[in-house]
Amino acid sequence: MKTTKIREKIIETLFLICALISVISVVAIIAFVFSKGLKPFFGENAYSFTDFITGVHWNPENNQYGVFYMIAGSVFATAGAILVGVPIGLLTAVFIAEVAPKSIVNIIKPAIELLAGIPSVIYGAFGMGIILPIIQKISPQPQGQSLLAVICVLTIMILPTIITLSESALRAVPNSYSEASLGLGASKMQTIFCSVVPAAKSGILSATVLGIGRAIGETMAVMMIAGNAIGGIPTSIWDKVRPLTVNISMEMGYASGRHQEMLFATGVVLFVFIMFVNITVMRITRKAGEKN
Amino acid sequence: MRLKRLVALCMVGAMALSFAGCSKNEKNNAKTNGNTTETTNKTEDSTSTDTTAQPAEDSSNLSGTVVITGSTSVDKILNDMIDEFQAINPDVTINYTGTGSSAGIADTIAGSNDLGASSRELKDEEKADNVKEVVFAHDGIAVITNPANTVTDISVENLAKIYSGEITNWNQLGGNDAPIVIVSREGASGTRSAFEELIKLEDAGGLTEDAMVVEGNGNVQTSVAGNENAIGYVSFSFIDDTVKALTVESVEATAENAKAGSYPLSRPFLFVYDENNYTAQTKAFVEFALSEDGQSYVEAHGGIKID
Repeated sequence: MKTTKIREKIIETLFLICALISVISVVAIIAFVFSKGLKPFFGENAYSFTDFITGVHWNPENNQYGVFYMIAGSVFATAGAILVGVPIGLLTAVFIAEVAPKSIVNIIKPAIELLAGIPSVIYGAFGMGIILPIIQKISPQPQGQSLLAVICVLTIMILPTIITLSESALRAVPNSYSEASLGLGASKMQTIFCSVVPAAKSGILSATVLGIGRAIGETMAVMMIAGNAIGGIPTSIWDKVRPLTVNISMEMGYASGRHQEMLFATGVVLFVFIMFVNITVMRITRKAGEKN
Repeated sequence: MRLKRLVALCMVGAMALSFAGCSKNEKNNAKTNGNTTETTNKTEDSTSTDTTAQPAEDSSNLSGTVVITGSTSVDKILNDMIDEFQAINPDVTINYTGTGSSAGIADTIAGSNDLGASSRELKDEEKADNVKEVVFAHDGIAVITNPANTVTDISVENLAKIYSGEITNWNQLGGNDAPIVIVSREGASGTRSAFEELIKLEDAGGLTEDAMVVEGNGNVQTSVAGNENAIGYVSFSFIDDTVKALTVESVEATAENAKAGSYPLSRPFLFVYDENNYTAQTKAFVEFALSEDGQSYVEAHGGIKID
């Protein structure tokens, strides 16, 4: 009896330790990134934070560290991917959940799941091999590396997230909703778009926000096709961009001193973005919980 | 029930082990990150754990320290050489600090280091009777374009004009009427800093914002191979059929020309030492750097071996 109790305790403690690992990791990462990333803005020989956040040139050799154009690049790329990806994803989800016959669903669903499992470097290779040459042909600029290429690849990458989450949100809508709608004489499409989709709104919204998170955090695939300019805010979809994630990943390997700290500072900016996205998700899901 | 618990415990144990593995890796990563900072201080401890790098000839009785200061361009090659050398000679401690070629040479002249590392030839005023130089590697950078490009030769001056954004069309260089797509490397790249230094890009106004930046020699090569109007620069080892290496000032980009010094985008990597302050352990390290073992690190980091 007693030994069983002790064993139970040991196992419980083990579970607790496992659970704590993620909490400790988050705290450690935040502390590390922020302490390193905020260092260049304090103390002797500090770099102006305003110059950092509003600057449009990144030239470590000349002590120029401006990330505003990268913020713009990240925001434009993410916004573009969401604008294209959410309608496509939502319509796919509606098709799978409400319209398509079982035989077609059995083809589409595995394809989407497969899409979710493809490593991002493969997306990058696909972008380099297929998307860049096409854009190079139609672009007014001489190179294919551009905001448009990034948007294309990010759109494909966020589709699985949006489709899967929207689909389960749609499926969670009680049958009574559509039955009532159909009973009142509405057509199938009217039922879907006026009754089922609005009822699944919060689920679709959180799918969108998670898509934003995925798009803003993507690094490898984007680095291969973005062009990664050293300055200048993108003014058209044909312009080269340099998202925040790319800046960190591309230069961290060999950077040292001030340069390295500035890459951590870029990480802080990215972190603030991601936290903003996460808080939004929490708000939306909490709201949905209250409603139910 | 009991069995299940046992299995669960085993699994948790395995997980804990794998986490331990993770943290070890992190430590190693932290160590390599540490290596990229300007100063590296390697003691025997840091390498004695490295059992794989322990060759058979462990019989040397060398001891003492070697202080190396100088060029930062050679830090990757030197750090690898130092690791290997200290594995063979556990009683020798080598301290390498990247201070820049000029500072390294000045230190040697002043007698405040054992060995200076330089990524350029010595200037006349730096030469003295007791200061000796040993070339241990050469560095060469090839300028590449798409094979479809009709331009075959370029001057150093025009390279600076292209990369600073002054020349923007191939027809300004006798080629087709097409805009030039500039491919450059990421900010921390050694090849980029060597290239910009050799073409004196800073004097021409620095890298243009129109330049595309890609990560690594390989990505420069594929970017140039995929765009008819692109120009890029890579280490010699990255020249292949998919791209065309231009002649620079009519000199072909070959290892021979780089060694002879006739190829403009090349430079020697050399050690300088004071004859009167040439300790046995310093001499052993220089000899190691020139040996086949040492030269393999030159090649591993994109340099050109000496004969």
